[in-house]
Formats: sequence, structure tokens, C-alpha cells
Amino acid sequence: MKIRIRNISKSFHFRGKKKFTVLKDITFSIGQGEFVVILGESGCGKTTFLNLLAGLLPLSSGEILVDDEKITGPHPSRAILFQQPSLLPWLNVQENIVFGCKMRGDTENIRERSDRLTEMMGLKGFEKVRPHELSLGMAQRVCLARALIGHPQILILDEPFSALDTFTRNYLQQMLIRFWQAEKFTVVFVTHDINEAILLGNRIFLLGRRPCRLVGTFDVNLHYPRDISSRPYMLIRTNILQRFKKIFLGNQFRMDDIPGQAHPYKYGIGGFGDNK
Amino acid sequence: MPLYRNINKKKQSPESAEREEANANRLSYGLLGITVFLILWMICGYIVFSGPGLEQFSGFLPLPTLKALIVLVQEQGFWFSVWASLRRVMIGIAIAFIAGVPSGLLIGFYSRLSMITYTPIQFVRMISPLSWMPIALLVFSSFETAIWFLISISTVWPVIINTSLGVRRVDIHWINMARNQGARDDQLLLKIIVPSSLPYIVTSLRLALGVAWIVLVPAEFLGISSGLGYLINDARDTMSYDRLMAIVIAIGIIGFILDGSIELLQKKFRSTGY
Repeated sequence: MKIRIRNISKSFHFRGKKKFTVLKDITFSIGQGEFVVILGESGCGKTTFLNLLAGLLPLSSGEILVDDEKITGPHPSRAILFQQPSLLPWLNVQENIVFGCKMRGDTENIRERSDRLTEMMGLKGFEKVRPHELSLGMAQRVCLARALIGHPQILILDEPFSALDTFTRNYLQQMLIRFWQAEKFTVVFVTHDINEAILLGNRIFLLGRRPCRLVGTFDVNLHYPRDISSRPYMLIRTNILQRFKKIFLGNQFRMDDIPGQAHPYKYGIGGFGDNK
Repeated sequence: MPLYRNINKKKQSPESAEREEANANRLSYGLLGITVFLILWMICGYIVFSGPGLEQFSGFLPLPTLKALIVLVQEQGFWFSVWASLRRVMIGIAIAFIAGVPSGLLIGFYSRLSMITYTPIQFVRMISPLSWMPIALLVFSSFETAIWFLISISTVWPVIINTSLGVRRVDIHWINMARNQGARDDQLLLKIIVPSSLPYIVTSLRLALGVAWIVLVPAEFLGISSGLGYLINDARDTMSYDRLMAIVIAIGIIGFILDGSIELLQKKFRSTGY
């Protein structure tokens, strides 16, 4: 399952305003079984990119090919996990997990599959619980189970852990890595968190400001689980931050003096983005 | 899994002791409200009806009313009338729902249809249902069907408006999720949109019941021989004012119970995180 993204652009038309370009001329490809992280600041168009990849939005120009086939709409083989858990409150955990399969008529040993996933997700005993009784982390695990039960070839994740606390996020990151290593699907993971990107990804694509372009690619050849304090980790982090600096801050600020440290105060209101 | 249990403090139910206290508060303030209402009724009644020449109206005072109410609830005819009235309300609202829910779903789903129908609906909605009365009597052969029509025409609007509002408030993430999972348009409608607008449909039922209960009594002043409106008319004609007032109170109580039972249903929806 190779994904090729060719010169895609996306612009929106708002009423009474002129065209608003979110993504401009992005080209890259993703190999089978890769764990790709798309890194960019908030509001740069990452979610739009994912919606395009999932087929939930139409492209303005360019094309996305999955195994040489142009995508025209949403498909369950490209399962997406949203930032907020999108569970249906009138169904219990198990019904939520099998919701998509039931709808597609894919009910062959559905019981065993959902049981296996609930067990792997640590949701055993919660099958009959309604979503409002779950914590955010558990709800997100249910969503992950729902996405995985249809054996997707591509798993698309839109900042899935950004609303969680550190412990839960850590736990779910480990779980995702285990699943990915076991099932060998392709992952496209969007985040604005540089640490999360390096902890999880094989390859990191850095997206720039609006209109969003691809501004850098970084390979991460480290073993899982990754050590956040190791030297290679810090090197990659510094590399990414320096690229970031080059693109966003121009020459106005010097960040080289403390390697690997972004100056939060220098990201302040005045400097960020005024000098492209 | 203790780590992940208490992340969402908001969604946790209050402690049971707190809840009991809140319930006790609600009950005592409710009783206080009823007492104040009775006292005000008494004061107004005595000021208005205890003057010279108005003795015949003393039936409007609380005490005679309560006595008459006790007599009333023991009569079979009264319960027959209650049933007749309730039946009319149910049939009228059922017709309104059969017409209103599907049109509300369509209006909510297609924004063009909503723009087309906005003005006509708001226009017809503002016409007092009772102004349809002469037309209803011309069109329908029996008084019974005319009453059904009046109740339906007055309750169909809140049903349409609320249902379409419910459709428009569907969480976009649910729609995107379902489409991603491979839902067709009809599945989207039946498995996502209808269940998620159910609380709005229940709200519209509550509004419709309120309107129907108001329209019912004047509608029953038409030439029929059963129902609560007919009983009021009858009591007026026989000048038994205590009985008249007792029926008025009974209408209030039944309406209150109907509304309260739907409020319970709404609470049930709210408690499951809709």
C-alpha cells in the first residue's frame, strides 16, 4: 500500500472573501508499512491534509494515489482517528467498536474480532459501558479499536493524543507502536508536538506556514521504545528545530546558542511569522 | 485501571449526599411555591368575589373548589372526559409527528429546502390555531376530526423546527467518522442523524404537548359532548362555579403531569451524554 501525493493544493472560498489557500503544491510519497509523522504548528493545515488523504474533502488540484489508484472519497481501508473521540453516545463500547463493520455488512466472526481488540486495548469489562462514562483516554482507545477492527491498510491519526494527560498519552503511544509493529499497516500521524513526532515516526515531514508547503523531511532510524534523553534523539530534535528557525524566524533571532531549545518567549507575538 | 478513571471531572455525577440534599431542597421550595400560590389565589378570590352581589361566585374560592374537585374525581363522567381529551391530544400530536419529523429531517438535511421553507413556516406558525376553527369546521365533516386538525396544525411547527434544528446540530465528527467507516447516505440518515436528533425530537414533543393542551380546551368548546373543554362549558351553563374551577385546576394538574413525564425522558437523554 504505497501512497503517492502529487502536487496537491487545497483552497477554500469563504463568503465575501477571496480564495484562501491552505495547502500549496505538496508532493511526497509514503511506503508500505511506514510510520510517517506530519509535523507543523497549530492551524497550518495539517488536519486539512488528513481530511484530503481520508477522502473527506475534495482536492483543489493535484492527486493522491493509493497503489496507483486515485482516491475519490472516504474508504474504510483508510481509517481515521480524530483528535476528539467521536463515539456515538447512544451505543455502548462494543456497539461502537463494531459500528462500521455492521454498517458495511462485514460481520464475519465480528464477535471474536471485537473481543480480541477490547482485550488488547485494555477495555475488557467495559464492553457494555456507554461512552459518557469513559475517560478521554479510554474513549480514544475505543475509537482506535473501531478504526482497527476493519483491518485498515492505512491508519490516519489527527493529533489523537493531544487532549490527553502525559501518562495516558505515553501509554497510548506505546500501544500504537505495538499495534503498528504487529499489524504492519501504514500510519500517517499528524502532530504539533516535536517530541511525539520523534518518539513515534520513521520519517517526519515538516510543514510550513500558510499556505502550507513541505519544508523538510527527517529520517528517524532509532529503535523503539525511544529514549527521549539519548544523543541521537537530541540531534534530530535540534535539526528539526533549526529548520524550523530558518523557515519561521529568518535571521532575526539566534537560537543556535542553546541547541535543542526552542525559546518560548522568542516565539512571542511580534516575531513569529512576520519575517518569512 | 485507576490512572485513567478520573480524567473527566465534569462528567462525574455529584456525590449521592449532595444529590439528596438538592432533591430535598427542590421538594421544599416546590411546596413553598404551591403554598404561596394557594394564598395568592385566596387573597385574590376574597378581594374579587366576596363583595356584595357576588355571593353566587363564591365557588371560585379555593375551599369550595377543592371540595368540588374531590367530588369530581369520583365521577366516572369526568374520567371519561379526561380520556376523550387525552385521546384527541394524542391523535393530533401523532398526526403532527408523522408529518413533522420527516419534513424536519429533510429541512435540516438540505439547506436549500430550509431556505425555501423558512418564510412560509414562520408565517403560518404565527397564525393563531384557533383562527383555523371556522375553516376546520367547513372542511371536516365531524367536530372530532376538526379538533384533531386544530391540534395538529398548531403542534406541527415546533416539531418541524426542532427536528431540523436537531439535524443541523449533529456533531460533524460523527458524520465524518461514519463516512470514513463507509456509510452510505441512507445509513448516515438512519444511523447517525436520526438517533442524534432524538433529544431534539423529544423536546419538540414537550413543546407540542404544551401547545396542544392549550389549544384543546377552546377547541372542545365546539359542539361536542365530551372532553374537558366541554365540561367547563357545561359547568358555566349550569352556573356551578365551584365545579368549573375544579375542572380548571384538574386541567392544570394533568398538563403538569404530562409535561413532567416528558421532562423525565429529557433528563434520561441528558444523563447518557447526548
